[in-house]
Amino acid sequence: MIQQNKPNQDSVPLQKALIDYRLNRIVSFDVPGHKQGRGNLELTDFLGQKCMSVDVNSMKPLDNLCHPVSVIKEAEQLAAEAFGASHAFFMVNGTTSAVQAMIMSVCKTGDKIIMPRNVHRSAINALILTGAVPVYVNPGTNEKLGIPLGMAFKDVETAIINNPDAKAVFINNPTYYGICCNLEKITKLAHEYGMKVLVDEAHGTHFYFGENMPMTAMAAGADFSSISMHKTGGSLTQSSMLLMGKDVNENYVRLVINLTQTTSASYLLLSSLDITRRNLAINGKEVFAKVVGLSEYARSEINKIGGFYAYSKEIINGDSVYDFDVTKLSIYTRDIGLAGIEVYDILRDQYDIQIEFGDIGNILAIISVGDLLGNIERLVAALTDIKRLYEKDKIGMFDHEYIPPQVALTPQKAFYSETTVMPIEQTLGEVCAEFVMSYPPGIPIFAPGEVITQDALNYVEYAREKGCFLTGAEDMTIKNLKVIKK
Amino acid sequence: MELWYTEEHTPDVRFSIKVSEQLYNGKSEFQQVDVFRSNEFGKFLTLDGLMMVTEKDEFIYHDMIVHIPMATNPNIKKVLVIGAGDGGTIRELTRYKTIEQIDMVELDKLVVDVSKEYFADSTATSFDDKRVNIYYEDGLRFVRKKANEYDLVIVDSTDPFGPGEGLFTREFYGNCYNALKEDGILVNQHESPYYDVFAKAMKRAHLRIKEVFPICSVYQAHLPTYPSGHWLFGFASKQYDPIDDLDADKWNALGIKTKYYNTELHKGCFALPNYVKEILANVN
Repeated sequence: MIQQNKPNQDSVPLQKALIDYRLNRIVSFDVPGHKQGRGNLELTDFLGQKCMSVDVNSMKPLDNLCHPVSVIKEAEQLAAEAFGASHAFFMVNGTTSAVQAMIMSVCKTGDKIIMPRNVHRSAINALILTGAVPVYVNPGTNEKLGIPLGMAFKDVETAIINNPDAKAVFINNPTYYGICCNLEKITKLAHEYGMKVLVDEAHGTHFYFGENMPMTAMAAGADFSSISMHKTGGSLTQSSMLLMGKDVNENYVRLVINLTQTTSASYLLLSSLDITRRNLAINGKEVFAKVVGLSEYARSEINKIGGFYAYSKEIINGDSVYDFDVTKLSIYTRDIGLAGIEVYDILRDQYDIQIEFGDIGNILAIISVGDLLGNIERLVAALTDIKRLYEKDKIGMFDHEYIPPQVALTPQKAFYSETTVMPIEQTLGEVCAEFVMSYPPGIPIFAPGEVITQDALNYVEYAREKGCFLTGAEDMTIKNLKVIKK
Repeated sequence: MELWYTEEHTPDVRFSIKVSEQLYNGKSEFQQVDVFRSNEFGKFLTLDGLMMVTEKDEFIYHDMIVHIPMATNPNIKKVLVIGAGDGGTIRELTRYKTIEQIDMVELDKLVVDVSKEYFADSTATSFDDKRVNIYYEDGLRFVRKKANEYDLVIVDSTDPFGPGEGLFTREFYGNCYNALKEDGILVNQHESPYYDVFAKAMKRAHLRIKEVFPICSVYQAHLPTYPSGHWLFGFASKQYDPIDDLDADKWNALGIKTKYYNTELHKGCFALPNYVKEILANVN
């Protein structure tokens, strides 16, 4: 479990080594060429001398991320202890690299992996890299809110029973919207069938440090978890961690990570992980109690405006919404006659307020360690003003039918096959060679290797009409689609 | 030994006052509060090291933020004041017998307490007036719950860098609009046009007000202790034009004795230097 206030969590080995390095005034005849900033004064002026002086290369006193033996190793051990993991890897290429490393550590070409369809594209990209075969589980949808949920236990069970040869179950927990599934029960079942459990916990750093938070992957006994320290923890953008449970071979995972990891890891990112870990281990309870307080206050004030629905634990249903992350401020907007994406745009263009995203029915504001009550007041006041100025008749919610994908080729095979480009309306029955995703609702409509169905084509057309943001394909207008050459 | 208070008006410009003693030093959850005594400006109050009010020149600011709207619409009865913890704005408002209610919303109680202690015979004279209700809370939070209630909103705030930031936003002005009656007026301290960082804040505030109110103008005063000394106020309203609707005779008949404001200055202070006019014309 969380091990707060342990005396050694107070130490920051990586930061200490960097401070010593700075004090020792080492003469550097190594890279980087800016040499503590002297060689690039404009950049030093912009970022600051303190920052530039520790933008350094791996060296004996600073250890090496590819093969840690001293201060990085110690920092990773402290992180593992703080997260209740058996090992923690510091990652410098975002949580994307952590997601890819965990999939590549357990899947080889042709291996099956069970996953919800609403995974981050980094997971499907990892399938292209490894040649693993996805077995998709319908994540389910909340019909009123139009948001994808967590995987229902029954659906995962069915997928496991039908695919006993699958190597792993991949779980998205919490989702972007703060939805959690029954991690512990799914993990237990997967382990009974000898499958590894990989959790994309990018939005769940705070679960490890706050009180009364949803279950963490490590506490649930999962084998891997990808943690975006930078999302809700406060470290620098692109710094992440890969956590491991007790039955994983750490040395093999390191080999896999080193396949794609830089050999010049940034000490700015690494030290930000070290310093953030200490802060969360020591002050996490207090920090996230404050975050929860801000979020709950915002929710109650927003729900008093009328017309906006800031939802919370009342949507819990014991299965596909097993728990809810109350730090997430997700707000349903369609009762005032505006799509979430419209509110998102108005907030930014008219009120100088940038929120995380807007979809057809909802907006999502991330509340984290850096937020102030005054800024929450601004958001609430802006929503009050938006209602006054823009309220219209309610618009009907559109139907988020889940389209069960037919996987004809593995994503890897499809990605590397010979392809041809066709106008999208002529692609019925073809095998797609690329992604098409609509944000909203965040579920890929096509992924490489899937048969193009009429349902899916209708959906693309519908999403386009509604002004959804269609992404993923090479033709950014999505008028043409790359399909497998017959 | 000499003791000097110094404020950086820009990273390259400093403004200093020789201090005879520091009278108070304290910290609230929002800001650092200090009171000094000086020969030139008498006692003065600073928040986070920034000049708020001096005994010697406060009359200029408080005359201009209160009498301009009051002379434009002498029928103002219900006033909302945001900020104004030193009390000077309240003091000027209470001189109007016709005003029935003054709601003052100040974020930081410490500012009021310190003002009562050290400025009892200058600005903080009227907090006990029966018409005055003081609310210690966020101005944005207070105003968003009001609709069609006030004849006048006065925003007597700190700069938009720090706790006052929320009071320079579209959501604040929009909610003020909603809190005002159909002939309501909003007056705010509008920063300075001179130094870059203040001019940027001034432009932004003007843009956001213009988006909300049909009538918007800017007027100026000379404030010796504020950055550059050249300070602006914003006048925004739903119906009244500050010059066309000025009834000078009516205001003069009230017999309110002022040290800075007069009805001739009222008309003149809306006449702006060309560079300021240009800045405002290019706001978008």
